[in-house]
Amino acid sequence: MLDDFMLRAALAAIGLAMACAPLGCFVVWRRMAYYGDATAHAALLGVALSLALALPLFPAVIVVALVMAAIVAGLAGRQSVDTMLGVLSHGALAAGMVAVSFVQGVRTDLSAYLFGDILSVTGTDLALIWGGAGTVAALIAWRWPALLLSTLSPEMAVADRIRPRAEQWVLNIALALVVAAGIRIVGALLVSAMLIIPAAAARPLARSPEAMVAATALIGSAAGLLGLGAAFRLDTPTGPTIVCAAVAIFAAVTTLGLAIRRRPA
Amino acid sequence: MTPQGEPLVTLAGVSVALGGQSILTGIDLAIRRGEIVTVVGPNGSGKTTLMRTIIGAVAPTAGRIARAPGLRLSYVPQRLAIDPTMPMTVARFMNLPRRRDAAVVAAALDRAGLAGLQARPLSALSGGQMQRALLARALLNDPDLLILDEGTAGLDQPGVASFYERIEQVNRDTGCAVLMVSHDLQVVMRASDHVICLNGHICCEGTPESVSLSPAYLGLFGGAGGALALYRHRHTHSHDDGQPCAGHGHEDTA
Repeated sequence: MLDDFMLRAALAAIGLAMACAPLGCFVVWRRMAYYGDATAHAALLGVALSLALALPLFPAVIVVALVMAAIVAGLAGRQSVDTMLGVLSHGALAAGMVAVSFVQGVRTDLSAYLFGDILSVTGTDLALIWGGAGTVAALIAWRWPALLLSTLSPEMAVADRIRPRAEQWVLNIALALVVAAGIRIVGALLVSAMLIIPAAAARPLARSPEAMVAATALIGSAAGLLGLGAAFRLDTPTGPTIVCAAVAIFAAVTTLGLAIRRRPA
Repeated sequence: MTPQGEPLVTLAGVSVALGGQSILTGIDLAIRRGEIVTVVGPNGSGKTTLMRTIIGAVAPTAGRIARAPGLRLSYVPQRLAIDPTMPMTVARFMNLPRRRDAAVVAAALDRAGLAGLQARPLSALSGGQMQRALLARALLNDPDLLILDEGTAGLDQPGVASFYERIEQVNRDTGCAVLMVSHDLQVVMRASDHVICLNGHICCEGTPESVSLSPAYLGLFGGAGGALALYRHRHTHSHDDGQPCAGHGHEDTA
């Protein structure tokens, strides 16, 4: 059954949604949207390194993402985070594209890394994606209360003997894993969309952080499957179609929420 | 209560610089078990930085901080900057970072005048309710030292008075020490065992009675006391140059 490319693609999409759900909620709560973008763009430099030096893709992307996180953490307070992320994000994206152009015969493949190629996902890719999703879920579940409190108030967390900076690294590592898992599916340019959009769509449906993660996972999976089906039927690029499906769900939930709130009680 | 208890937190010659700028210089202070210590000072005098240093959120650039072994700290922030995208009910908040018995949470909310609000989103609480929820959560920890940063910001006058009554009651009932930062001088002075006047360094300190009679205090607050005096509080020197400021004077504008 796993030989069926559509089944593998569906499993990959659901795996990505599972990896994105807990992290995406924190990205939204902590206003790390641009940070997610920057990490994903930096990942393209990892792609270039992996192609040029014949290294495996997954670890190369993770290492580059973590190096970027370390640079951001090291420079924090010297420049505005926004500016720094802008420099690093676009710097890494441009350097990655330039580096890829030096590698023979890859130029045509570049769009597969920018926009993903979910239909060519292999069994090994699936194992990496689900392994990544499992690791992200385990990491965040392990640090869950500490992460929530650090997000609400770093000072309150410190008073409770939690170290917010260490907790931030839990999220950095999770982000590197998600980007590495997502780059094959929706690509470097759109992976942070799968972090933010399902979580944003889930917000009006949830009254607790845990419920929001669950709703995010459901919406992300639904977007993955809907997008996959639509791309197959309409012959459109799969990664962007999945993101469009997520946006459509976000729009539907938001419109419904507004309509319900406007109705006189 | 006289400051005879064991020291919970001791600062010796603590200085803090943030982003290369000196915020606090040569702070010596001890907070003892069971006492209420209040820090007063103008805006930008380093009050919040001092709180954050005592909690451990900021590392001192010089000096030493000693905390009693096994010290339980609770911190009540000025306000909770909860992002509207984060769903958080009162009950869930009470269970952070440790799960509590539902009956314990219910009792704590009851004492805080928030009975039955477990399912209410934090974002739907009024300023006063939020302040009481923050305090109720802080007390669940059974702290040795309760730290309040401008605990009454955004409360009206009766709200401020009842907030301090609650703090005094907690101090009497549980014997937990309290360190607070405040602008509400008159209310705070009555409740405090020890008052510290801060302006980058400790300008003067002591019991409310001794401080209120000290020339330094009269210079600082114009002898009138009360919140309005804060606006007449002018320092004749600045600390931008990082120079030690022993022997400086304060302009008496009263």
